[in-house]
Amino acid sequence: MEDALNEGENNKELEVAPALIAVHPTQDSVAVAVGSDLRVFDLREGCGVHLTDDSVEPFHKNSIRAIRYGANGKYFVSAGDDKLVKIWSTNNWRCISSVCSEKRVSTVAISKDGLYVCFADKFGVVWVVDLHGIDGSEAPVNKKAAPLLAHYCSIITSLEFSPDGRFILSADRDFKIRVTVFPENPLDGAHEIQSFCLGHSEFVSCLAFICTVDYPQGFLLSGSGDSTVRLWEIDSGSLLHTCEVGHKAGHLGSNGSKEDCSAVIDLCTIPDHNIVAVATQSLQGIMILSCDLSSQSLNIAKVVSTGAENYIPTSFACSCSGELLWMITGVSKFRGSDYNSLARVRVLSGFNTSNANSAEQKVIVLGDNEVPGAEKLLHKLQGSVSVKEDVFVAAAEAVKTAMCNLLIKKQYSAERREFRKRTRNDKKTKQ
Amino acid sequence: MLESEANPTTLSKSTGLPRKRFYRARAHSNPLSDSHFPVPLSPRHVDYSLHYPQFFPSSDQMGNPKRIQFADVGCGFGGLLISLSTLYPETLMIGMELRDKVTEYVKERICALRGTNPGQYQNVSVVRTNSMKFIPNYFEKGQLTKMFFLFPDPHFKEKNHRRRVISPHLLDEYAYVLEIGGVIYTITDVEELGEWMKSCLENHPLFETLTEEELEADPVVKLLSTATEEGQKVARNGGQTFRAVYRRIQPSV
Ligand SMILES: C[S@@+](CC[C@H](N)C(=O)[O-])C[C@H]1O[C@@H](n2cnc3c(N)ncnc32)[C@H](O)[C@@H]1O
Repeated sequence: MEDALNEGENNKELEVAPALIAVHPTQDSVAVAVGSDLRVFDLREGCGVHLTDDSVEPFHKNSIRAIRYGANGKYFVSAGDDKLVKIWSTNNWRCISSVCSEKRVSTVAISKDGLYVCFADKFGVVWVVDLHGIDGSEAPVNKKAAPLLAHYCSIITSLEFSPDGRFILSADRDFKIRVTVFPENPLDGAHEIQSFCLGHSEFVSCLAFICTVDYPQGFLLSGSGDSTVRLWEIDSGSLLHTCEVGHKAGHLGSNGSKEDCSAVIDLCTIPDHNIVAVATQSLQGIMILSCDLSSQSLNIAKVVSTGAENYIPTSFACSCSGELLWMITGVSKFRGSDYNSLARVRVLSGFNTSNANSAEQKVIVLGDNEVPGAEKLLHKLQGSVSVKEDVFVAAAEAVKTAMCNLLIKKQYSAERREFRKRTRNDKKTKQ
Repeated sequence: MLESEANPTTLSKSTGLPRKRFYRARAHSNPLSDSHFPVPLSPRHVDYSLHYPQFFPSSDQMGNPKRIQFADVGCGFGGLLISLSTLYPETLMIGMELRDKVTEYVKERICALRGTNPGQYQNVSVVRTNSMKFIPNYFEKGQLTKMFFLFPDPHFKEKNHRRRVISPHLLDEYAYVLEIGGVIYTITDVEELGEWMKSCLENHPLFETLTEEELEADPVVKLLSTATEEGQKVARNGGQTFRAVYRRIQPSV
């Protein structure tokens, strides 16, 4: 039946999950997910957090695919391959609700007012959970999700609310970004599509908004498997600018072979700065784009390397102050290595200098002892302080393969297609 | 695209039209399986000069604001489009069909009609696509004035209901491409599916039903049960049909 999806499910490499990072909006805490493991460090107290989960199915049993803090910092959500969406109170780090999904969960978002959690499953349906009446003081509450909208049988890769909270955006494997009005009562579904942002020629991997004092409504940024980052106006879905990042990435990164897939892995905007950090599959380091909102253009400002390491970030995070850019690289269920999973956290600083010209800013990678929480934090979030560098090359490769397998459309030759069809029919007659 | 030469042996000697038996295909296609046909990146990438060469003599379509206004979704062998073409000669319309061979048949059919009726049938065309996935790639917001879903595949089993071309979620997309006041026409000979389509439309906040008078006055309504190959088959067998016709409305605030 859904052969494209099933094929992916059977593929062992798919099991590999990239490490994820998220930061509390006012940098109270940092969270990391590696495989099924959720690790939180309290930055105010300077210590690791002990999570409490009294739900029927405590903690995650399979790879976590999405973690996210709400805009007001009250809640944190984690979800993934075990089909559980866990909502945590960031006050006491208790799981306040564990919502069951019918399918594996690919991404999550929390509405701007903090009252709704949305998550997408691998069959293209976005669900909504109402948080009204949850205060996190009692035992976990049973909540059911209601369908909000759907992309027909496409993997949804990213969900994002517009800065004013009016729209929910959903990006998919079929190159689409849908902008939908987030309604008064989302439990009745979100039926009014504002626009589609169309132009990417491969899967869309990530979404982020860029806002400034002059443009509080913000503009949308999207990263894709087509090695571009694009700037959009969401009311009309107009494409304002396309920035090719693959070329540069391929150039600076590995040997530059043609097949090199240099998909954009993640992007992160630095609040109140016209800066976007971009991670691509073939670039070791972080690409910094400067975004000029008055002329609506997006340009590569520079590439920040993390030193001698083979460091390709798998996820970014930034707090509201935009002082520090947190990043992680890592992978879970990593075969052919002594490590079952590994993670390496790095922090970029220097965005908040008085010089507003992004290109001239002195962005630096903090040394491990300069990172907030220092060794204690790294120990908690990475599971160890140091990891042998060469392992990361293999890890980055594994993440890349997994992402490509999951999201890139397979190009079969005509004969192979015929063969696949025949074998499918054989199966049917046997039943 | 439509200008491809028809293979003479597949054309009927008496009518000059393509013969259907050369275009038999599997009865049902699975709309969920992955696609192997080109998809325009956005509505602006739809090449109108390929589909409507008389209306768009050059491939520079920027100068011509004319756009497709009718979509026949799952058009099958194209009977409805052929009828609508002469009824609305100035309106551009397109059929969307998943099955390759059926799409080829419709192309040949339009080509042949254009050949034998100079100046006519210039406003109809067909694309092979999965309408459930790619409607937004073909049409801008509010572009369409009419959408047709005639005798769609029933997909009886509960677990296959999400393969139905009318569903609560897909109606969101149809509402997006339809202009306010635009009309969606559905008909089937399967009672259960008829009820399903009606209830999906009835419960959708962006659609309202047409009154009996409005249905009477609409010349297209009469074509629903008579113009398509499937409709004619049902009529021959004396089958009952179930119709649901709804208008796209402004969301209430
Ligand atoms: C039963 S036939 C009806 C054809 C025509 N409307 C008629 O009344 O004669 C349904 C048609 O819808 C097509 N179809 C089914 N799913 C489709 C999809 N997702 N996109 C485009 N066409 C589809 C099928 O290939 C088939 O030709």
